[in-house]
Amino acid sequence: MTTAVELVRNAPLAIGGRTFHSRLMVGTGKYRDNDTMRRAIEASGAEIVTVAVRRVDLDRTKAEGILYHLDPKRYFLLANTAGCSTPEDAVRYARLAREAGFNEFVKLEVIGDQETLLPDVQGLLEAAEALVKEGFQVLAYTNEDLITALRLEDAGCAAVMPLASPIGSGLGLLNPYHVRLIKRRLRVPVIVDAGVGTASDACVTMEQGVDGILMNTALAAARDPVAMAQAMRLAVEAGRGAYLAGRMPKREVAVPSSPLEGMLD
Amino acid sequence: MKDETIDITVNGKQRAVPRDASLLELLQSLELDPRAVVVEHNRAIVRRPALGRVKVAAGDAVELVHFVGGG
Repeated sequence: MTTAVELVRNAPLAIGGRTFHSRLMVGTGKYRDNDTMRRAIEASGAEIVTVAVRRVDLDRTKAEGILYHLDPKRYFLLANTAGCSTPEDAVRYARLAREAGFNEFVKLEVIGDQETLLPDVQGLLEAAEALVKEGFQVLAYTNEDLITALRLEDAGCAAVMPLASPIGSGLGLLNPYHVRLIKRRLRVPVIVDAGVGTASDACVTMEQGVDGILMNTALAAARDPVAMAQAMRLAVEAGRGAYLAGRMPKREVAVPSSPLEGMLD
Repeated sequence: MKDETIDITVNGKQRAVPRDASLLELLQSLELDPRAVVVEHNRAIVRRPALGRVKVAAGDAVELVHFVGGG
């Protein structure tokens, strides 16, 4: 008999013409050291791993590039435009990433506010349209707003990535209704990006029916990132499994599980 | 003068390089592997095979980037 978890593992996720088997994607930022990062990514089972584009440190006081610690043949590297606050900057970073990288995928971020790191949806749409025209497969980080999500899909994005809560906040899924709504209305994959704090957050998020989750701080800032990565892997599979299984209806009153007949006098 | 230098900006900092240096020579002088960085020259990406042909001029802005950890 095939178990639910096996079913989940077997159902591939298609984004921008490529197929992935893990629905958990992870970032590579903020780990205490590269070895912990490498082991956490391995424990997460992730295939898609995000990276950022930054200046080479010419004084060599900081660590070298991430590719010294991450096998680009083993993982699908998804470059982001993190830190960009205008569509022009985001396009510039995406082009540099494509040149440095191994694929035409980009996780597009256009940040509108430094305190909350919430997206600038107008800039996001402009950048998405420009990058799609240049042949990029755009995965757009956005807020949990249906109209923006629909416009990103219309712009040709390969996936739309609504947030669970602000980047690095660990507050979990604040708006399950809107995330569910976005998933119901979009044809492209919906990947929840940012805000998941612990395994239950990941599970509840996947139970909304979304196609996957991208997380970074939840692993990197855990006391034991490797153990948390394994917990997240199971939580994503459990949440996906529960979504596919179809949960029981909620009732306001108790319904006995044991028969009422055959009780002793 | 043969050993004359010019000032260019590399990753936001001014740097003196030999006149007529190519981008490839700039990378070599910084001990950077051309396969490990992407070069942007005055806002235009210069692909690896062209690095030896493109020469820098005074006042040019060069950005050398690579992938780092990020979410």
